[in-house]
Amino acid sequence: MPFFAYAAMFLILPAATVMIGAFKSTDGGYTFDNIRAIVEAPNIRDAFWESIRISLTTAFLGALFGLLIAYAAIRKGTPNWIRSAYGTFSGVAANFGGIPLAFAFIATLGTIGVVTQLIQDVFGVNIYQHGFAIWSRRGVELVYLYFQIPLMILVIAPAIDGLRAEWSEASSNLGASRWQYWRHIGMPVLMPSILGAAILLFGNSFAAYATAYSLTSGTGLPLVPILIGNDLAGNVLNNPHEGQALALGMFVVLAAMMLFYIPLQRRASRWAK
Amino acid sequence: MAHVELQQLYRSFGPVTALQGIDLALETGEFVSLLGPSGCGKTTALRLVAGFDQPDSGRIVVDGKDITRTPPNKRDMGMVFQAYSLFPNMTAEQNVEYGLRIRRQAKADRRARVAQLLELVGLGHATKRYPHQLSGGMQQRVALARALAIEPKVLLLDEPLSALDAKVRVQLREEIRRIQLELGITTLYVTHDQEEALSISDRVAVMWNGKIEQIGSPAEMYGSPATPFVAEFIGTMNRLPATIADDGAIDYEGLRLPVDAAQGLPRGERVLCLLRPETVDVAIADGSPAEGGLTGDVVSKIFLGAVTRVRVEDGDRSLVADLSTSRAAPLAVGTRVVASFASSSPRLLALTEDALPPVLDPDNP
Amino acid sequence: MRLRRPQIAASAVVWLVLGAIYFLVPLIATLLFSLRDAQTGKCCSLSAYGVILHDPQFWTTIKISFRLALETIAIGLLLFVPTIYWVHLKLPRLRPVVGFLALVPFVVPPIILVVGLLKFYKDTLHAPFWFLGKPDLFLVGAYVILAFPYIYFSLDAGFRSIDVHTLTEASRNLGASWRTTLTRVILPNIRVAALSGAFLTLAIVMGEFTIASLSAFHTFPTYLQYVNESQAYPAAAATLMSFGITWAAMLSILLVGRRGGQRTVRVGIGR
Repeated sequence: MPFFAYAAMFLILPAATVMIGAFKSTDGGYTFDNIRAIVEAPNIRDAFWESIRISLTTAFLGALFGLLIAYAAIRKGTPNWIRSAYGTFSGVAANFGGIPLAFAFIATLGTIGVVTQLIQDVFGVNIYQHGFAIWSRRGVELVYLYFQIPLMILVIAPAIDGLRAEWSEASSNLGASRWQYWRHIGMPVLMPSILGAAILLFGNSFAAYATAYSLTSGTGLPLVPILIGNDLAGNVLNNPHEGQALALGMFVVLAAMMLFYIPLQRRASRWAK
Repeated sequence: MAHVELQQLYRSFGPVTALQGIDLALETGEFVSLLGPSGCGKTTALRLVAGFDQPDSGRIVVDGKDITRTPPNKRDMGMVFQAYSLFPNMTAEQNVEYGLRIRRQAKADRRARVAQLLELVGLGHATKRYPHQLSGGMQQRVALARALAIEPKVLLLDEPLSALDAKVRVQLREEIRRIQLELGITTLYVTHDQEEALSISDRVAVMWNGKIEQIGSPAEMYGSPATPFVAEFIGTMNRLPATIADDGAIDYEGLRLPVDAAQGLPRGERVLCLLRPETVDVAIADGSPAEGGLTGDVVSKIFLGAVTRVRVEDGDRSLVADLSTSRAAPLAVGTRVVASFASSSPRLLALTEDALPPVLDPDNP
Repeated sequence: MRLRRPQIAASAVVWLVLGAIYFLVPLIATLLFSLRDAQTGKCCSLSAYGVILHDPQFWTTIKISFRLALETIAIGLLLFVPTIYWVHLKLPRLRPVVGFLALVPFVVPPIILVVGLLKFYKDTLHAPFWFLGKPDLFLVGAYVILAFPYIYFSLDAGFRSIDVHTLTEASRNLGASWRTTLTRVILPNIRVAALSGAFLTLAIVMGEFTIASLSAFHTFPTYLQYVNESQAYPAAAATLMSFGITWAAMLSILLVGRRGGQRTVRVGIGR
């Protein structure tokens, strides 16, 4: 079947090459040195740490705000056009990442950004003098949220739809307040979907390259994708196989996430019956 | 004073008027069904009583107290929904327990009551199962137990059996009635299945287009329908548009039929003659002209089990008869027969300018 | 008899407004930025747009990216429609396998994929320059893999919504060949799903930076980055135009979906 042949050529084999290449050394033999090198090198450890931190933060905040906004847009009482508007916009924003998004935030909160200057004019405060920078960790997190939150909205919307009106009505009929409904029924039922979505967000953030590259211009904040990119571009590392080891490391992190994701999905769909 | 009163309830959704002034009173312990086709407003009325919706005008009074503005979680009513109302993340036990937990009842008391109720609905063996592990019928039993757990003043049921198989439906409806009688709880039951309503209710209210057409005991509703719609909706019915002929008879498309109810009515007045199929007899024509009956051909014969439905036609006139299957055996399609009935059987309703309500049963003329 | 509509909850308003602010402010800022005059640094001038629109590189790269997108869509649909059709029809047991494969790109994101692709083709296969040098071959090859999950989910939903077996049997019963069945019977019915997948792919390819840049190709996103680094105000103009393209693609999905009677708003991930 041509499809599988194609998948092999462009996906499986290259991926395998990375995995295996990670264990190769410059003289052609196989070794664990590369792995050890990246585990011990401080800058690489920093990169992993930063990437994980940022991913955790944006996954958590993205999930939280995405959930609140999605629920606000979908719940009974909100006009339908609001739901459509947010849904469409989320579809666009989730795709809007990368280079244009990075610049949009530079235009907003960069050193001569519109909002930066606005704050300076109105409050007399130069945020850059107080330690803020759009290419710092906080800045990157802020920018990442721009595609994390819409992604969350898109993913969690079907789950929120799955909350049957009968459940909240029955709960109310039996004497419970809205808060009690959420505590005993709403949140437990949504939790598998929320966690699954959070994992998706984590992976999304961890693997992001273009946005990070454009914001930090390849230097500055150490992130795993940036390091890999640097390696490919020929800078810094003299052992090309270290780049592959990095890629392998990233792959391991993502694969671990998938292992949690799949059972969560199954649980969520079981309750949606 | 009635236990529950619905007074002049009106409710519109945009251009659609769902309820046009509903008045209904339920005595304590009474089982009343709201019966009608889809869109007649019965579910809307029930939801107003439960508190999930607010009437545009009118009042709902329970035990003399006006609860129209009371939020649903303070109304002390138990509701059984049509389907999917069990909380999926809880077992049957936990579902039933929910209302009691909210009321902060002590654990031991709760457990005892839950066990008692699940036994009552026949699910003592399945208490630890989750909703997706229960059949439709079992889920509705749990829903019933859950609604009863809080010892509500009023029990509300919104077509609880519609989503179930036919056999389960019959079984479960009798159990619902049995439990209701045992507990003596005032009950409002919504359904579109007239057999269901007639078999388990103290009184039935037939609704159509947002109004209550008639309220009465099942026997009254069946035997003495007050409007053409009720006559059509409950059971099957022969509906013959006719005019009053001479004393004690009607003229049905040129055929004179003796009808006691026509006595004393002005000649020429247009009426709708209602005749239940089971009161019509069919016999093979022996050639002699029949008096007071319809002579025609058998055009259809439908086997319904114990009863066979036979349709006799002569030109524009037709009558449907429900005969015992053995009696209908010799009447093949095409046989010349006479369909007759006792003159006391038919009822007459005034035929107004309104169009007759749509025929709901294609086998009924 | 007064009419009452369900009210919007107060807390809902709060979150919706906050969300709207967060999402709209950067766009507005970019707009203001793009309208700044090159000399004075203040409002208002369209010179930035002029710079971009007069830059031949802008047009070249947009055409390249667009062309790559069309090629990706063509190959993608050509490859996946028959495959998914076959799986739904004859090999339902393979559905989980294909579904799993659709999740693999999540574990092998562009940044990892590009490493593997380059090493594999350059070092292992020693692929000729004509293969590595042409974006239409190398890049499109990679893009089809990137777009695969989205095309798959779109098409899968589309196939699930029609009764594949009945349609096929009816068509074959009436004497049609496999090719006719596919083109005349099946395709029109999954039109909406296929178009949704196509527009999504368009958005993805027009925004894909990672693989293109690290493989030293010149596409629209790499051009955007170049402008970002060199000229500030024109970069804002270019950013908004790029946003406009994405919007157009998404709106097309919505319009196509509404006319086709299905509604799908799908997820895309740009990095």
